[in-house]
Amino acid sequence: METPYITGERIKEYLEHGKRFDGRKFDEFRNIEIETGISNKAEGSARVKLGNTEVIVGVKMDLAEPYSDSPDKGNLMVTAELLPLSSKRFEPGPPSIESIELARIIDRMVRESKFIDLEKLCIKEGEKVWNIFIDIYSMNADGNLLDAAGIGAVVALKNAKIPKYDEETGKVVYGEWTKEKIPTKKEIPLSITIHKIGSHFLIDPSQEEEDISETRVTIGSHEGTIYSMQKGDHFSLSVEDFEKILDLCEKVWKKLFSEISKDLK
Amino acid sequence: MKEKDFKRPDGRKIDETRKITAKVGIIGNADGSAMFSFGDTIAIAAVYGPKKMHPAHLQNVAKGTLRYNYNMISFSVSERIRPGPSRRSMEISKISEWALEPVVMTDRFPGTVIDVYVSIIQANASTRCAGINAAALALAHAGIPMRDIVSSVSIGKLDKQLVVDVAKDEEDWEEGEGATDIPITMTSDGRITHIQLDGKIETKQLKEAIKMARKACKEIYEIQKKALKESLEEK
Repeated sequence: METPYITGERIKEYLEHGKRFDGRKFDEFRNIEIETGISNKAEGSARVKLGNTEVIVGVKMDLAEPYSDSPDKGNLMVTAELLPLSSKRFEPGPPSIESIELARIIDRMVRESKFIDLEKLCIKEGEKVWNIFIDIYSMNADGNLLDAAGIGAVVALKNAKIPKYDEETGKVVYGEWTKEKIPTKKEIPLSITIHKIGSHFLIDPSQEEEDISETRVTIGSHEGTIYSMQKGDHFSLSVEDFEKILDLCEKVWKKLFSEISKDLK
Repeated sequence: MKEKDFKRPDGRKIDETRKITAKVGIIGNADGSAMFSFGDTIAIAAVYGPKKMHPAHLQNVAKGTLRYNYNMISFSVSERIRPGPSRRSMEISKISEWALEPVVMTDRFPGTVIDVYVSIIQANASTRCAGINAAALALAHAGIPMRDIVSSVSIGKLDKQLVVDVAKDEEDWEEGEGATDIPITMTSDGRITHIQLDGKIETKQLKEAIKMARKACKEIYEIQKKALKESLEEK
């Protein structure tokens, strides 16, 4: 089920000649398709396709007590499920480390960028705040679920409306929404993952490319301001390599942002 | 109340399903896949297999194993459900497996397993029926030999009135005798592979309900057949 060794060698050979199997440049995303409002039960939702990779993301809200260390702020929770429906590689059962890491990377990007104004989601300090759940599901896994999930999360948040809340009963009126959107900042964070294969850096890997990636760095940023980062996989990086990754990220970010900005209004 | 006076919340005729859509081939990685919807209720199904069953002690030497996994997406309903399996989803998985098994020729693949994964993207009642309909399509799309296709529909009894394809506001019917929910799955020649019932109904009226299900399943079967044909034409 893994990418065969010989295919991996062939990919590397291609990269030596500046080429990828699907003809893309190293810093080029696959075709991006975004659809919003894919579940009318969600406060906000999105489907994101990067080539054959597809994820759906939904935002749900309910009321809860705040955490004791943030009595005047709403709560944020991000979960991810790598559905067995989406790939032979995924099996039913408790969350795998891959799904946990994915959810946590997206959680940190949204949280650390302060993209959601959680303070505006406090109803009564110390007693009642909004919970925001961002739930990510893979629909077809063909590499780079991470960046697809990151795009899906911000798009779903951008189109999410706050549900109605009955002050008398203190409960959410499900199925009815206010006109208010979830308060978000202008600075929209995007997650971009850079992979290193041999001496090459590339983005938005196909499944085969991801399989032979030596190391990856996922960066949550907005126009060169970095909010979150995670290096994954076994190989080390030189400082020069790392700087190249940062520069590449900044460049790719601009391109990606302008490509999807119409879905982030 | 007379039949013609009965008003369904969404204005449908008593024997009218919601708008049905079916599409085959929606998940590239899967061996077979399909989407099936009753109005707002959207189910997708993916089939992987037949493949060797692991661990080996689960292998059945006489026939293959059909394994069905029903899963509701957390944001498919108004009040978010916690991701992962529940008692409800595990039971639905099992009855759906039984609904499909009679038509899947598992005896052709001893020692193997066919995995059917169903996700409900958006729910407005009758999710298990939409799931089974999607799964039947996905199995056929995967090229797994089948004796027949199954079609599934829910019959509701709202107060005293029988209706086809129950929506959520009907499922929560409170007037008179309340709601009785009867999901039924049938083969194209009218054999029952699955039936459940919650509520209250007289024997005579239940027989009536089966007849309604038979008629609705025939309609669904035609839509399923059409979706499968379309998937072949696209290639």
